Amino acid sequence: MTLRLAFAYLASRPLATILHVLMLALGVATLAFLLLFTSQAEERLARDAKPVDLVVGAKGSPLQLILSSVFHVDIPTGNIGLEESKAISRHPMVASATPVALGDSYRGHRIVGTDASFLGLYDAKVAAGRPFKEEMEVVVGSEVARRHQLAPGAKIVGSHGLAQTGPGHDEDPFEVVGVLAPTGTVIDRLVLTPVESVWHVHEHHGDAPAKTVPEAPGKKHKHDHDDDEPAKAPPAGPAPGAVPPGMPPALMAASQGGRLEITALLVKYRTPLAAAMLPRLVNSSTSMQAASPAYESARLLDMVGVGVQTLQWFAAIMMASAALSVFVALTSALQERRYDLALLRTLGARPLRLASLTLAEGVTLLVSGVILGLALGHGAAHALGLWLAQSGSWPLAGLAWAPGETILVAAVFAGGFATCLVPAVQAYLSDPASLLAKR
Amino acid sequence: MWRHESPGEGPAGGIDGKTNGAGRRQDAVTHSPDLPEAVRDQAPMLEIRGLRHQYEGRTVLSVPSWDVLRGEASLVLGPSGSGKSTLLNAIAGLATPTEGTIRVAGEAMTGIAPAARDALRASRIGLVLQTLHLIGVVTVRENLRIAQRLAGLPPDDARIDEVLANLGIANLAGAKARQLSVGEAQRVAIARAVVNRPPLILADEPTSALDDANCEKALALLLDQAQATGATLVVATHDNRIRERFAKRLEL
Ligand SMILES: Nc1ncnc2c1ncn2[C@@H]1O[C@H](COP(=O)(O)OP(=O)(O)OP(=O)(O)O)[C@@H](O)[C@H]1O
Ligand SMILES: [Mg+2]
Repeated sequence: MTLRLAFAYLASRPLATILHVLMLALGVATLAFLLLFTSQAEERLARDAKPVDLVVGAKGSPLQLILSSVFHVDIPTGNIGLEESKAISRHPMVASATPVALGDSYRGHRIVGTDASFLGLYDAKVAAGRPFKEEMEVVVGSEVARRHQLAPGAKIVGSHGLAQTGPGHDEDPFEVVGVLAPTGTVIDRLVLTPVESVWHVHEHHGDAPAKTVPEAPGKKHKHDHDDDEPAKAPPAGPAPGAVPPGMPPALMAASQGGRLEITALLVKYRTPLAAAMLPRLVNSSTSMQAASPAYESARLLDMVGVGVQTLQWFAAIMMASAALSVFVALTSALQERRYDLALLRTLGARPLRLASLTLAEGVTLLVSGVILGLALGHGAAHALGLWLAQSGSWPLAGLAWAPGETILVAAVFAGGFATCLVPAVQAYLSDPASLLAKR
Repeated sequence: MWRHESPGEGPAGGIDGKTNGAGRRQDAVTHSPDLPEAVRDQAPMLEIRGLRHQYEGRTVLSVPSWDVLRGEASLVLGPSGSGKSTLLNAIAGLATPTEGTIRVAGEAMTGIAPAARDALRASRIGLVLQTLHLIGVVTVRENLRIAQRLAGLPPDDARIDEVLANLGIANLAGAKARQLSVGEAQRVAIARAVVNRPPLILADEPTSALDDANCEKALALLLDQAQATGATLVVATHDNRIRERFAKRLEL
């Protein structure tokens, strides 16, 4: 009966009811959306950045280096000499060093020239086929395989540059030899191949003659979207020769011929002490720069965080004003219906019932607002997620539940409940006799 | 200023106010445990002793002794401000008098916990009021159902239809209460007061908002319904139009 009456009162002023629910819902939706977005972004960044302790690449913006070589979104800062990078690989504090050579893409997915250790960084398992072994063999991430229906045996043609529509390398098709199992990391969206393939494609293509002349690494063609491919200088096939110890296997074969380049080196420390030493060493005594993915992604989140925080405040203020307006509405409604409440008392209703009636009204607004808000917030995140997935970038899961949301919902309920409690207590304390005796 | 026109016989002294009303169930057939049934049945429906009510030190009502027998219809008369509403509120247990005792159907309404007063009111008393009519946002039927629910009774649509038919407003059952005319609303208020067959009906100015024709009809209906259910009726008014319809009167 209490609920039915509460609904009847709400239905008797539909416009106000709808406005209150909408105000609450928009606040909740905005906060839920922001929570979803930031928590997933943070998680995502952390997961992609975690396996790599340090990135060594060409000088330039450290954030750009991280974005290009770890998150695979921005363009690289330039290239570094293979020989120079090897010095880092051999350092006793380095547990592993994975080369990354960027330059080409396959339908928007980056083709990463690397070695077998790359798979280990992200704990990626080959779901079908086998890991790459030879030049021009590729292993594709699960997302790439799903979107383009790739299976072992398929031939794909890379296009020059990291953009979706670079000129093709038609005469140099890659052969898909393996498909990776999903990892929930950036590797799902990459095409992996031995670093020699990247060198081979560009040498064969003859599109980088300038790079045949050794020049100061890290100073060339920075930020040049279409010209950022690493290249090797002289055309060099596999050449026999002594292999320096500690050198990544994929680089060995091609290392003899001249000046070879890679985009960056992903370093894992052998000891935590390395964090204090290696970056300084690289930055001061080489022409390369070292950047920490953890530090740079925290910096990135900080920069994004300022905007997010502003929006969060905005949404919080919106919700507070919604709560306030519900409070005002309930209080004034109480004034309007004090005769109704007194009447219920004359029929035998206990004060507690009047309080719960008033509370039921407020809580109905609250619950509808929160439910609608969550639906809107998650719906918006889902829609954005679909759109993002289409453009091949970050997946945003709208149907997930961000950890902060539980707190959000609890806080909104606690605040809203406290707000509704005031008129409820007023209803509880209202004296029917004084209403009946005095007119 | 009061007249004690019909001598009521109160129950024997000494048992007054000993009932622990708070623990009693709100059930129309619950009997006071401390009164033998024979004594309780003979007790007046309403029994007032030494009643005085003050607002901020000002005495607005004083009724030394007044009884209303079962089935009687009685009138409380007095000018505005003489304390008629205050008296009815005290009888209904909506206000606690400063002094004195009130018994309804042999059960104490004074000196008991508020919850017991609410329960006693819900099960024993039907109220008709001048301005405090209906809950406007729900239908007429819903208004009567609320009265049934609050009295602790199961919903009984047959009874609702019967009462509405008796009052000639069967067609209004589905109407929203706020859309009714004053006369219709007053009939619904009467219907609501009698729907649970309470033994005592209190009516505060039930006719003063009505024109002559409606006044006449509403009063007739109220008396009819009280008689039909065997209820005792106490009407408070300053409306002289209806004064002659009651043999028993209390002048304040
Ligand atoms: N809550 C209250 N606080 C203070 N004084 C009150 C209160 N309620 C009623 N009174 C006073 O008590 C007196 C009796 O009021 P009551 O409403 O019982 O009169 P009444 O006979 O019903 O009048 P009317 O015919 O106008 O309804 C009045 O003087 C009124 O001002
Ligand atoms: Mg009055």
